[in-house]
Amino acid sequence: MTDAATRSRIVRLTLNGVLVEVEAEVRTLASDAIRHSVGLTGTHVGCEQGSCGACTVLVDGLPVRSCLLLAPQLDGTEVETIESVAPEHPVVRAMHEHHGLQCGYCTAGIVMSLVAAARRQLPPAEVVEDVLGGHLCRCTGYVNIRAAIRDAFGNGGT
Amino acid sequence: MKPAPFVYIDPVSVKEVLAALGAQDGEAAVLAGGQSLVPLLNLRLARPSLVVDLRRVTELRDVTLSHTHLVVGAMVTTAQLAAHPQVGACGAGLREALLHIGHPQIRNRGTVGGSIAHADPAAELPAVLVALDGWVELAGPPGRREVAAADFFTGPFDTARRPDEIVTAVAFPRFTGSSTTIELAPRHGDFALAGAFVALDADGDARIALFGVAERPVRAGEAERLVRACGTASEVGEAVTAALSPADDVHASGRYRAHVAGVLVRRALDTLRTTGAAA
Repeated sequence: MTDAATRSRIVRLTLNGVLVEVEAEVRTLASDAIRHSVGLTGTHVGCEQGSCGACTVLVDGLPVRSCLLLAPQLDGTEVETIESVAPEHPVVRAMHEHHGLQCGYCTAGIVMSLVAAARRQLPPAEVVEDVLGGHLCRCTGYVNIRAAIRDAFGNGGT
Repeated sequence: MKPAPFVYIDPVSVKEVLAALGAQDGEAAVLAGGQSLVPLLNLRLARPSLVVDLRRVTELRDVTLSHTHLVVGAMVTTAQLAAHPQVGACGAGLREALLHIGHPQIRNRGTVGGSIAHADPAAELPAVLVALDGWVELAGPPGRREVAAADFFTGPFDTARRPDEIVTAVAFPRFTGSSTTIELAPRHGDFALAGAFVALDADGDARIALFGVAERPVRAGEAERLVRACGTASEVGEAVTAALSPADDVHASGRYRAHVAGVLVRRALDTLRTTGAAA
């Protein structure tokens, strides 16, 4: 194997239901591959060290930090980003109705985690304490996000 | 920030991984779930010339329960083990430790083998492994070997693993008593300022291991002896604090960490003795 062959890769993945092929340097982060190589800029990049959760996408149905994945790790996976979530989705509607955002930077990541939690029908308390715990929001103080979660997941949350 | 350039390979077998590591003169990094390694790459605190990704090595994804141990393949994720039907064979404390790790988004990628091999002094799983006297299975050029947890963790981010070896599995002994993992972190999911795994067996013997308070996970020997001698939870907690001398850092003073460790062990013991008596 030459150096060039191992420093760059063609990555094939299913992105929001569409098969895409991306040629990227192997050190490219998944977040950058999605934003720059594919051009889907709904996924936001915050801290790039796994702390903030802004870049959360679903890989094979599970919410993960896309800044902590290398592009080649997406090969053969199914990735879902915020662009795949319909405006009518109960989570999106609840975030809208309760104004669960202010500047919106962290919102795409939070919504992706909530979409995954909604599929698993997690109890609202677990969503607030555990799932939302993986996201930082510097604007809202989380009050309206928690209200949105209670609405979308039932009223058992606190 | 972005990682510095490296060569990336993703072999499909342990044999191929070892061949790649053996042929490498420079620094090589083994990528499991990447939840510790990729931040280090992004911050350029790690600049390996070769990254060997284990994602396609399917032989590292098994969980097997024997008569004595739960043997967890290195690439089993934290979330998978926490949800595994047999995780309870090692006591409630193991599952609690798994759920203390980061957030769901981290646990979906982070692996058991990665946490053990990374050996963060504040990590939960190394302490559980040390407390239960588990072992780590390594594969290297001469073959496989097993290292007892007590000998595996040698310092902060430092283990008995040689650069040409990889962790292939982690063996947690079965435990039938009561156990719990408790920690204090500034925010839910953060690294613990101090944490404790406490296990009590039917004979009243205790296994206590602490994390975040020393250069590696440590057993609290004096405190364990006090439990056997029917010491009160407060006495045991004080013994924990007295035996520790953590370094000061930006997150907390060493004295505070030692104090917190004692309080956590006291609370854990109270909980275990109460629930044990009720059961």
